[in-house]
Amino acid sequence: MKKIEKAKLNDLLARLAEASTLYLPVRKGGKVNFAKWTKDEEYCADELKTVKSAKDVFFPQSENIVSFKRESSKITILPKELPTDRTVIFGVRACDAKSFDILDSVFMSEPADSFYTARRNSAVIITTACSTPEETCFCGVFGIDPANPGADIQTWFVGEELFWEALSEKGKALTEELSDMLSDADEKEVEDEKSRISEITKQLPLNGLSLENFGGDKTNELFDAAQWEKLSQSCIGCGTCTFVCPTCQCYDIRDYDTGNDIRRYRCWDSCMYSDFTMCAHGTNRPTQLQRFRQRFMHKLVYFPANNNGEFSCVGCGRCVSSCPISMNIAKVIKSFGGDNK
Amino acid sequence: MQKTAGLIKKRVLELLADGTVTKVLGWKEGDFIYDVTPASFLSAQEADGLVYSSFCGANLSKYLISECKALTEGKILALLKPCDTYSFNQLLTEHRIDRDKVYVIGVGCKGMLDIEKIKAMGIKGITKVIDNGKELDIKTIYGSKTCKREDALLEKCLCCKSKNFKAFDEIIDPEPETKEEKADRFAKVSELEAMTAEERYAFWQEQLSKCIRCNACRNVCPACSCMKCVFDNPVSGVSSKANTDSFEEKMFHIIRAFHVAGRCTDCGECSRVCPQNIPLHLLNRKFIKDINELYGEYQAGEEVGSRAPLADFTFDDAEPSVVNERGNS
Repeated sequence: MKKIEKAKLNDLLARLAEASTLYLPVRKGGKVNFAKWTKDEEYCADELKTVKSAKDVFFPQSENIVSFKRESSKITILPKELPTDRTVIFGVRACDAKSFDILDSVFMSEPADSFYTARRNSAVIITTACSTPEETCFCGVFGIDPANPGADIQTWFVGEELFWEALSEKGKALTEELSDMLSDADEKEVEDEKSRISEITKQLPLNGLSLENFGGDKTNELFDAAQWEKLSQSCIGCGTCTFVCPTCQCYDIRDYDTGNDIRRYRCWDSCMYSDFTMCAHGTNRPTQLQRFRQRFMHKLVYFPANNNGEFSCVGCGRCVSSCPISMNIAKVIKSFGGDNK
Repeated sequence: MQKTAGLIKKRVLELLADGTVTKVLGWKEGDFIYDVTPASFLSAQEADGLVYSSFCGANLSKYLISECKALTEGKILALLKPCDTYSFNQLLTEHRIDRDKVYVIGVGCKGMLDIEKIKAMGIKGITKVIDNGKELDIKTIYGSKTCKREDALLEKCLCCKSKNFKAFDEIIDPEPETKEEKADRFAKVSELEAMTAEERYAFWQEQLSKCIRCNACRNVCPACSCMKCVFDNPVSGVSSKANTDSFEEKMFHIIRAFHVAGRCTDCGECSRVCPQNIPLHLLNRKFIKDINELYGEYQAGEEVGSRAPLADFTFDDAEPSVVNERGNS
């Protein structure tokens, strides 16, 4: 266990930013999101949840993947170079850290996504324990512990100090690089902080949700359930839940004609949108009920069916607080009898 | 507010029982008081789950478009706040809903609460909010807190259009028109107008670059009622889900503001639902302010059938060349 005074944290961030591209929660236009850190930015350490999750770093909302240029009769294909620079993401919460495992199983299983894999392999993830979990948090339902956020390095803010524990080889190597800035620390204070956080998580109103009625073998049981109609009836079909979600992974690939070249880009897609997975037949999912059902069946049934029972939700609660009509996965789970309170 | 909720429930049950209405559009309870969900109720038994509170800020008018289409018999009861009735009238003007199919209960409003504002005060872990009229008692997992009610009002309520209903079949618990000085809804617009072009550009650049293209602003907007939005139509050439660059965001939001100009009632839903808190209502208010200045005061939804200045012609209309004379800074 290592530690650093909070007052010296900016020096540490500056050091990290010298040798890597550093992403952390910063405030822009009044809202906090993960962004590239520069010396002028303030690290919003107290912000529990950024609006968007940290997944942008590995899976940007939109990116060009290849471009095509035509000169007379010759067409040149210009693939985008893979990023190789080391990236450090600081201040990731336990839920977002777990979401990377879920995204890995999508993007890094064969055939691996080369862009995602390149970014993921060159990144070091530094997590921060949640000192003030909120009522919308329910990561415990998915076996996540906000007091032990994991990843390459995990940290805790206690009093005027940041405690630091390297977990992976990557994390240990980075800690070694910073050894002159970190001092040895006693574990006692961290243990106290962990117990304090655990006491809070026990009181979280949504942490008692039960997933026993969901899982990979529930398709037939749940697909035509009567509940979907009431649950989806007020859904306005926006993509807020999917775009703030750390585990939503669907994307679209389109071509954009700049007049000078063709840029093939991929961008996040949302199953809530009417043109999601639209093919020539034009009958993908014509009703909002079907789109709504797809989102929750994917997270609670189809994903576990294909990933050894793992659910693709981490209980971060972003959708709980940002849905314009306050409909969310917690309410879906409850309506299928998952309220264990 | 509990009294209002009780009166609403009583009337809803009576109107369902006597057959005046066959469906009710209202709100269903959530997990933390503030997360009520718009919902419809088809029977007295279902209507048992109907709630009404200071967090019912959502404008339910737009749901009436699909509800009117789906309704085969009887009427649908809609609970509308005074500000919602402007959107209701505007939708009637645009022939998007059928007045004969809707039974409007106007519900008096003291201003609705914005949970985001309460959270922004640093109040975390909110499990319950009790509205005492002047103050809010807030229960959290970190203990009890209080805040002033006026500090937690939705943006749209700070410059409330009116306490009077522009459409209704009956009214429950009306509020008298306040004598208090309302905030000037164009104050921030004037502030932006007074900026240099560079400052204004920087302001919007910072705000609009936060956009995640979730389309919540568009989908919630009662004036955005196209059957198929141009941005969802792959053959339109502008269809895009990507926030490819900051230009895209500006284009999307400015086109949307142009499209609803003269029809926007300033209901504020776009800003309420934006997960990134982009003050989108300012774009709409700029159009409203310009329309007022160039064509005379006009409030969309004030009355059914009014001709919006941009859809009308009079000999007194401003000449197009006015663009050159105005704000070149």
